[in-house]
Amino acid sequence: MKNKIGREIPEEIIEKYEVYQGSFDKEILGRKASPKISRVKPGESKLIESLEDAIVKSGLKDGMTISFHHHFRSGDYIVNKVMDLIAEMGIKDLTLAPSSLTSVHAPLIKHIKNGVITKITSSGLRGELAEEISNGLMEEPVIIRSHGGRARAIEAGDIQIDVAFLGASSSDEYGNASGASGKAICGPLGYAQIDAEYADNVVIITDNIVEYPNMPASILQTNVDYVVKVDEIGNPSGIASGATRFTKNPKELLIADYASKTIVGSKYFKEGFSFQTGTGGSSLAVTRFLRNEMIKQNINASFALGGITKPMVEMLEEGLINTIFDVQSFDLVAANSVSKNERHQEISSTFYANPHNKGAAVNKLDIVILSALEVDTDFNVNVITGSDGVIRGASGGHCDTAAGSKLTMIVAPLVRGRIPTIVDSVNTVITPGETIDVVVTEIGIAINPRREDLIEEFKNLDVPVYTIEELKDKAIEVVGKPERIQYEDKVVALVEYRDGTIIDVIRKVK
Amino acid sequence: MKIVKRALAGTMESSDIQIVVEAGEGIEIELKSSVEKQFGNQIRKVIRETLEKLGVEDVKVIAIDKGALDCTVQARVAAAAYRGAEIKENYNWEVIK
Amino acid sequence: MDRLRRTMMFVPGNNPGMLRDAYIYGADCLMFDLEDSVALTEKDAARFLVYNAVRTVDYGNTEVVVRINGLDTPFGKSDIEAMVIAGVDVIRLPKTETKQDILDVEAVIDEVEKKIGKELGSTKMMAAIEGPLGVFNAYDIATASDRLIGIALGAEDFVTNMKTKRYLDGMELFAARSQIVLAARAAGIYALDTVFSDVDNEEGFRKEVEFIKQLGFDGKSVINPRQIGPVNEIYTPTEKEISKALDVKRAIKEAEEKGSGVISLNGKMIDKPIVDRADRVLHLAMAAGVYKEEFGDEK
Repeated sequence: MKNKIGREIPEEIIEKYEVYQGSFDKEILGRKASPKISRVKPGESKLIESLEDAIVKSGLKDGMTISFHHHFRSGDYIVNKVMDLIAEMGIKDLTLAPSSLTSVHAPLIKHIKNGVITKITSSGLRGELAEEISNGLMEEPVIIRSHGGRARAIEAGDIQIDVAFLGASSSDEYGNASGASGKAICGPLGYAQIDAEYADNVVIITDNIVEYPNMPASILQTNVDYVVKVDEIGNPSGIASGATRFTKNPKELLIADYASKTIVGSKYFKEGFSFQTGTGGSSLAVTRFLRNEMIKQNINASFALGGITKPMVEMLEEGLINTIFDVQSFDLVAANSVSKNERHQEISSTFYANPHNKGAAVNKLDIVILSALEVDTDFNVNVITGSDGVIRGASGGHCDTAAGSKLTMIVAPLVRGRIPTIVDSVNTVITPGETIDVVVTEIGIAINPRREDLIEEFKNLDVPVYTIEELKDKAIEVVGKPERIQYEDKVVALVEYRDGTIIDVIRKVK
Repeated sequence: MKIVKRALAGTMESSDIQIVVEAGEGIEIELKSSVEKQFGNQIRKVIRETLEKLGVEDVKVIAIDKGALDCTVQARVAAAAYRGAEIKENYNWEVIK
Repeated sequence: MDRLRRTMMFVPGNNPGMLRDAYIYGADCLMFDLEDSVALTEKDAARFLVYNAVRTVDYGNTEVVVRINGLDTPFGKSDIEAMVIAGVDVIRLPKTETKQDILDVEAVIDEVEKKIGKELGSTKMMAAIEGPLGVFNAYDIATASDRLIGIALGAEDFVTNMKTKRYLDGMELFAARSQIVLAARAAGIYALDTVFSDVDNEEGFRKEVEFIKQLGFDGKSVINPRQIGPVNEIYTPTEKEISKALDVKRAIKEAEEKGSGVISLNGKMIDKPIVDRADRVLHLAMAAGVYKEEFGDEK
């Protein structure tokens, strides 16, 4: 059966899940899930000698669900370390429910092969692990969830975490944990807070035990069962990309120039506007171009949202941005700013992007700049599978911010090498076209026909305007028409939209 | 045109293709491409057609592609073939494209 | 003056990625290089690559110029032959010293055009002057052939020949620049300035562009797409210049309507240089997208 946006969803999946109906069309009901009640009495210690003891004490058994956060990005030591121990202890059939996985998690392959891990849900998969999964490594399809979608799934009880193993660069012996100080600094722990609140059992793993109380803390003692000290939780150089360099790539600069001209020419660019930009070359350049325009026109932003980088922090300090909402910091400048500046606010993933709470930050967003691996002529966006059909990315906050923001812009080159970015039909839909407003390439922009107001508004823009079909044709003109990727029937991953419906599936590549 | 020695043209940089030609029987093409799934067949076709137009009948081609466009593939094949045939002037431009 | 040549972007001839993308940055002219940016062992490969790119890629309205190797090298003749067949707009000679250099290249172009049945004279030429002798002969060079659309200064070789180097203030080039722009103007062709190699020094680049604009150059050679924006910006007329040019055009129109031979504006007589200048201002303004209407289609 095809879902509302024409993606073919196999019958056996339709029997188990609801399919995508429209970005805000799913009905919601029920109550939030809740973790088991547990108690720590006065005088009891939460400090555990070893990680192994902590796993035993947590009561982890076959068939349970465990979670991790991805704030240490490609510097993470925790996932691999914990999984190796669990495997040694002979526990099997686990569901792995981290906020995301990166290329450093290739060692998980062996734990999947030997049956320790049988199910995975994650925002993303990269590297070898992603390739193996695309080639059919797992029986059960992985469930890809956005950051907001994961928060929703945990609150709704779709993901029930038995044990959360949460790394922190500092913690006191009672579990007040933070990413702001210590060796493996990552700043906010916005993706871990929901795990701490909803998991039955919470283990804080740190390499830095500090005096009680460790305040301010991202994770509070009231949610923590055990604290373990290990030698190292992560590699600082893999956690924060050093200084954020301003791109010199002329194509990225051209795209950024068109994107910022489009923003500045829109009705949303006015005093008190809000925005989110990513970490890609074009995206960072947009931030800088916007800054110049804000100074020129004497316009200030009410808030900036998202994964935060140094250029945003500088704008906060210059007074151009009133408040930063930071769910994860991408560099050390951002990580350090959270504890220094009270207008730099740490937020949780549910505050950031959960579609089923009483108003996430994305709902208040005016402008978001997002990247894409592929965009199709229905404006659907793929950020998870490469042009070869193999998983190599992450859902992230892509569909969450797109659904929330008033002006959602995709910045992407028309072609990458010989691969067209604008295509007839994307390999995988992460974000539905109905939530995308403008696509910006190095040759010009395309406006979603649903946005008649923008088409009218951008008539006199100093940027070439095309239809999305014209952009697609121009891409094909340059590179030729690629053959479609051949897939087998086997589904290796389900893509869940933020509301919990299935928007697409990823099949095994031939 | 007869390939008399092993010759190479092109690079392994992005958007380029490296073509090695050597004496062979018939046209034999060995291709490694970063875009094999999307363009592998097209690249092989362009290599073959270019060789045929140049009148090369017996050649083994070893190609490593990094996303080259058709016009680049043609240019690199022509350069390698002329080098392999030790022809250094009076190229037949009309047949190349 | 029928065509803008504010920016001529250098593109190394043996780089497929750059050949493909060069047109997106809005340069008025692209100059694909078969000469100094290509290693001696890759001259043939670059020639094939540029040939195919020119025949395949849609460069739109951008003028396509190819810098060939000199006829004193083993590559020059084949370069010319291939590029004329490929149908480039302009063949650019490096290191032009004398009128004879132009005539020699022209003879080869003539021959190829005849051979392939192409309209005689349709392939244009430009000459880069890169040494003291060339500067000395600038006017002879500029008037050597009807195919010539412009002459350009190539400063790197020039300063070496002059036993000096490039300085930020550009005084070492003052004589050459003046001579070249004078020769070009006297011959009625374009004058293009040399490259500025420190891509990261935007301030120094801007100063140099302002200076060569002041001297009267039509445009600048650029080596990086990031240099295009600043040149176009500097060559974009101000609002004041545009409105003054429009006043001139309106005064002409009124005079024509009245059948008056004498045109005046605010009590001053408008003569041909003022009209020409107004045309040029409007032309540049249109290209920059800051002026569209009314006299836009007039020349």
